[in-house]
Amino acid sequence: MSRDTAKVAVRPGDFLDIDHLLSDEERDIRDTVRAFVRDRVVPHVGEWFEAGTLPVELARELGALGLLGMHLEGYGCAGASATAYGLACMELEAGDSGVRSLVSVQGSLAMYAIWRWGSEEQKRHWLPRMAAGEVIGCFGLTEPDAGSDPASMRTRARRDGSDWILHGQKMWITNGSVADVAIVWARTDEGFRGFIVPKGAKGFTTQDIHGKLSLRASITSELLLDDVRLPADAMLPEATSLRGPLSCLNEARYGIVWGAAGAARACFEAALAYAKDRVAFGRPIAATQLQQSRLAHMALEVNRATLLALHLGRLKDAGRLAPEHVSLGKLGNVNAALDVARAARQVLGANGVTLEYPVIRHMSNLESVVTYEGTADVHALVVGGALTGIDAFR
Amino acid sequence: MKICVLVKEVPDAAVTKRIDPATGRLDRSGEKNLNPYDTHAIEAAMQLKEGGQLQVDEIVAITMGPESAVRALHKAVSLGADRSVHLTDEALAGSDVAATGYALAQTLKRENPDLVLLGQQSDDGECYTIGAVVADHLQAPSLTQVISIEVDGDVLRCERQAEYGYDTVEVELPAVISVGDAINEPRYPSLKAIMGAKKKPLETLSAADAGIDLSRVGAAGSQVECGSFKAPPAKAAGTIIEDEDTNETVEKIVAWLDERKLI
Repeated sequence: MSRDTAKVAVRPGDFLDIDHLLSDEERDIRDTVRAFVRDRVVPHVGEWFEAGTLPVELARELGALGLLGMHLEGYGCAGASATAYGLACMELEAGDSGVRSLVSVQGSLAMYAIWRWGSEEQKRHWLPRMAAGEVIGCFGLTEPDAGSDPASMRTRARRDGSDWILHGQKMWITNGSVADVAIVWARTDEGFRGFIVPKGAKGFTTQDIHGKLSLRASITSELLLDDVRLPADAMLPEATSLRGPLSCLNEARYGIVWGAAGAARACFEAALAYAKDRVAFGRPIAATQLQQSRLAHMALEVNRATLLALHLGRLKDAGRLAPEHVSLGKLGNVNAALDVARAARQVLGANGVTLEYPVIRHMSNLESVVTYEGTADVHALVVGGALTGIDAFR
Repeated sequence: MKICVLVKEVPDAAVTKRIDPATGRLDRSGEKNLNPYDTHAIEAAMQLKEGGQLQVDEIVAITMGPESAVRALHKAVSLGADRSVHLTDEALAGSDVAATGYALAQTLKRENPDLVLLGQQSDDGECYTIGAVVADHLQAPSLTQVISIEVDGDVLRCERQAEYGYDTVEVELPAVISVGDAINEPRYPSLKAIMGAKKKPLETLSAADAGIDLSRVGAAGSQVECGSFKAPPAKAAGTIIEDEDTNETVEKIVAWLDERKLI
C-alpha cells in the first residue's frame, strides 16, 4: 500500500532527499567538511585561482580535520567508510576541484600507495605525518609521452649494488613542487616498481607548469629525476606491476565521482540563486520557461550524479566495487558536471565569466577533471570493453 | 574539576519555525541539530580545559529531550565533551522554562559540577532564561550573555554583553554561566572525533532516576499555558534608496530621518 505523500516538501538543495539515505555519522562528517569549505575555502578560492596558487597551510588544516587518508585504517588515519570519504570529496570539490585534488593526491595516491604497497616500516615512517598534513605527498606516474598508456613510460630504475638509480621525467604532477615526498613509478628489470623519493634527494628537481587556465588553485609540476640514487628501502616492496599505480588511481577516481557531483551542485546553486535574483523585462529570469528548463535539467543531473556516487560508495563499502563501476561513474559524473557548469554559466550571463561567482572556475576546472585520472574517452572504452568483452584500446 | 555543559536539540536553522496551533508548542518535526549557541558553550569548556589554568578533569554534556536528542549529545561529544547524560521521559514533555530548569538542575545535582556552561539562548524557544532558573535551583551565582571568560586564581573574570555596553564581573565557582556566540569560534569536529562519539559513555536517565518530582514537570506541572496565536501584522513596504552617489544617498537618509524627527 502506498503511503500518503501529500505532506512531503521538496527542498531545492536536496531535491530527491538523498540526505535521508545517509547515516547520522555520515551527515555529521559531511556537515563538518561543508562548514570548513564554506569558511576556509569559498571566501578565498577565487583569489587563489586568479593568482594560480593554493596555500600549503591548507594541508595542515585538512590534516587536523582528519581528511587526509581518511579512508585508510591505522597509522594516524581516521579509518572512515568509503561513503564518508566520498561525501568529503563532494564537499571539497563544491569548493574547488583544486582543493579536492590536494586531498585526493595526498590520501588516495601518495598515502594509499604506501599504505597498500609499502613495508611496515615505510608506513610507520610516512603515514602519520602525511595524515596530519605535516608531510605533503605527490604521485608521479604520468610522463610527457605516457598518459593514458602508462606501460609506455620511459622512467627507469636500475639496481646499483643495494641502491637504486632512478632516471626519467614525470609530468602533470599535482602538488609536485610543494611535496615533501614523491611516489615515483618506474620501469625496472623486475617489472614496474614504486619508489619513495624524498624532496632534496640529489638529482631530484621540480618545475611548475605555468599557463594553465584550469585547476589554477592547484600546483602542477614536472618532476625531473636525473640519476637519483635511492637506498633499497625506498622501494615499495609489494608492488611489482602496473597494478600498483592503477590501484591507487582507482581510489582517486572513486573520489572524483563524488567530487564532480559537488562541483555540479555548486554551479546549480549559484545558477538558482542568480536566476531568482536577476530581473530582466520586469521579472526574475527564473520566471522564464527557458531558465526553468535549464534549472530542472541541472537539478536532475546533480541529483542523478549524487545518487550514482552514493551507490558506488555503498558498493565499495560492501566490497563489491569493480574498477569498471568507477569508470562508468567518472565518465558519467564529470560529463554531467560539465553540462551543469556550462548551463549555469549561461544562466549567469556576463557575471558567469567572472571569478566573483564560482561557475566559470568550476567549468574550467572540470576540463582538467574530465581528463586526469583516466580521460573520459578511456573510461568509455573501459565500460565498452566490459559490455562487449572486446578490448578496444589495448 | 568538572564542567557540565547543557545542550539542546533544536530544529535546524534552515527549517522554518512555526507554532503547531493544535498543541501550542513549537513544531519540532523535520531536520534537527545541536543548538548552535551550545557549541560555543562546549568550546568555552574546551578552552578552559586546554588553557591549563584550571585543572579540568571532565566535561560532561547534558540534555533533556526525546530519543532523537541523542544526536545532539553525539555532536557535543564530537566537539570535545568526555561523556554525556540524556534525561528523557514522557513525563517531561511539554515542560515550560521553569519546569525544564528544575529538571536539568536535578540532573546536575547528581553530577555536582564546579561549573555549568550553556548557550545563552536556544535557537528555537529563544527564552534566554534556562541558565538563571538552573542557577536558582542550584543556589549558585548566575551570569548570562558572557562573551569572555578569564581565569584569575580562584575566580573567573567574565565579560557580559549588556544592552548599554559591557559588564566585567568576577564570579567564584561553582557558578552557572550562559555564553553568547561572540565568546569564541567553535572548532570543527575532527573525523576521528565524529566517528568516536558513539563510543564515549552516554548515560540515559528517566525522571525518577534524576529524582524529579513529577508534579513539577511536563505540561501539567508547568505554569505557562499557551493561549491563541496569530501572525504579526504585515509591515508596510520600506523605502529603498539606491546608492548611486554616496553624498546624495547620505543626504536622502538624513532627510528621511529628519522628517520623522529621529535625529
